[in-house]
Amino acid sequence: MEEKINKSRRRFLIGSTTALGVVGGVGATVPFLCSWQPSDATRASGAPVQVDVSKLEEGQQVTIAWQGKPVWVLRRTAQTINDLPKLNAQLVDPFSSVDQQPAYADNLYRSIKPEYLVLVGICTHLGCSPNYQPNSAADDNAQWYGGYICPCHGSRFDLAGRVYKHYPAPTNLVVPPYYFKSDRVIVIGIGQNAKGEV
Amino acid sequence: MGFFSGLLDWLDERFPIKAFYKKHFSEYYVPKNLNAMYVFGVLAMLLLFNQLITGIWLAMSYTPTAAGAFASIQYIMRDVPYGWLIRYMHTTGASALFIVLYIHVLRGLLYGSYQRPRELVWLLGMTLYFIIMIEAFMGYLLPWGQMSYWGAQVITSLFGSIPVIGKGLEQWVRGDYLVSGVTLGRFYALHIIAFPILMGLLVYLHLSTLRHVGSNNPQGIDIKKHVNKKGVPLDGVPFSPYFITKDILAIAIFLFLFYAVIFFFPDGFGFILEKANFEPANPLITPVHIEAAWYFSPFYAMLRAITFSLFGLDAKFLGMVVMLSSVLIVFFVPWLDKSPVRSIRYKGYLSKCFLCVFVVSFLVLAVMGSLPVGKTTTWVSQLATLGYFSYFLLMPWYSRVEATKPVPERVSP
Repeated sequence: MEEKINKSRRRFLIGSTTALGVVGGVGATVPFLCSWQPSDATRASGAPVQVDVSKLEEGQQVTIAWQGKPVWVLRRTAQTINDLPKLNAQLVDPFSSVDQQPAYADNLYRSIKPEYLVLVGICTHLGCSPNYQPNSAADDNAQWYGGYICPCHGSRFDLAGRVYKHYPAPTNLVVPPYYFKSDRVIVIGIGQNAKGEV
Repeated sequence: MGFFSGLLDWLDERFPIKAFYKKHFSEYYVPKNLNAMYVFGVLAMLLLFNQLITGIWLAMSYTPTAAGAFASIQYIMRDVPYGWLIRYMHTTGASALFIVLYIHVLRGLLYGSYQRPRELVWLLGMTLYFIIMIEAFMGYLLPWGQMSYWGAQVITSLFGSIPVIGKGLEQWVRGDYLVSGVTLGRFYALHIIAFPILMGLLVYLHLSTLRHVGSNNPQGIDIKKHVNKKGVPLDGVPFSPYFITKDILAIAIFLFLFYAVIFFFPDGFGFILEKANFEPANPLITPVHIEAAWYFSPFYAMLRAITFSLFGLDAKFLGMVVMLSSVLIVFFVPWLDKSPVRSIRYKGYLSKCFLCVFVVSFLVLAVMGSLPVGKTTTWVSQLATLGYFSYFLLMPWYSRVEATKPVPERVSP
């Protein structure tokens, strides 16, 4: 019998085996890649936390952990609240048009009650935790009514977590979902809807 | 016939040791004009070996958990016999490896060691360098001090700056909402298993491609053009024993300096072991003065230098792109250099100027990256970033237009 190589059959066999091999190979990597996602135990650490704000003095800030992240609760002074609108010209996003806060905190004060500011204390640049500097005059800003300065790359934020222009952080600090359980207690991790209901 | 020569013959029939020794040692010809700049490759090998051995010993006593990591380092330093020495050899070894590698790369740039036919040696070497950077970064998290923690936090945040997929990717890399014990566990596994294996493979490829094309030399002359009747290069001498002897001398001098640092300045004045790292990691407070490990300082300065948005991309993403390109652009040098000559000795005035600009910019960036951020450091860093990139991006122009000197046919004595 004359030997004849069926090239098209060879090509088909090589092609189909390769294709199936690739599919199998990709499939085999799925468990390894998905294994890097946060586990259920990690996700559970994102459960809501409560803060009692009744003992906060004016101008005092507490830091608590939610999802392992630092969350600040600051009781602003009347002076601070009055100063906020004066800074608008120096800020990247004074009216919070970028979605970094829940709808109920989308106002001038970036909070439910002007007196209490709740922020995720992580710089929107590269994740360091900025330092609270209520008074100290900043070196190279004409107007500084207190705020936060990031130690890593120098980004500056005012006392509503709004970012100053000409610094690396692109957006305002994040306001986490929260609501007032009572006048004294804030719950962080669950939001209220627009009507003020939980 | 003695027992050992008999054993050697028995082995050689089954595995060609003798031919291997001839090919890579006794009959591997190296240009006779190599200078002191050519010892940094073997020093890098020595340091990688040092990292491997001390790393294995450290892993025996280290605990890769958020609760136990910091304490286990104290245990290694105070309780494990000679634990302090082994750890200082590892930490000082990491810094020494980067010093050695920076000089090794500079040697390549000076003498055009990346040019044809050594492009692949260059690419594999740069890949190895890139992997060593990641390896060092992951190792830096393991002591679980404040600087470890916030360094990892900043670098993993870089993933978050990628548009669209960034946030998900960032969480995937960390395995948590922010750097945590989960991150520590995976960095440990990658640091002690995955990357060392990859590095071993790349060292093998880097060396075998080098052996295939042969070493360049300070004059950039191809020694294979002039050979005797046996095909031996007239300007070459065998690697063994001549260059092995030279390497041993270099290793002796190097070890003298290396152990001087380990014994007398183990923290390197806060550059090898940073002060903030003597405090356990605290996810709620960033230390007031944070800086990158000194060997990443130039790249960190470039990241910080980008404080403006461009083309609708924000400063954060641009900073990451600039930092990443500053490493990746070095890969392309073989194709950016259009000069007909290899060595800086025969290149023109422009090449010399730009190489100086590059070296000065790199050093200035290193200093800027270690200073607290401010208006002055920012504009100096921006200027130095321009200097750094101009060396590479203008290379196709200045290497082509400048007048070069004629290259001699033979190596001068």
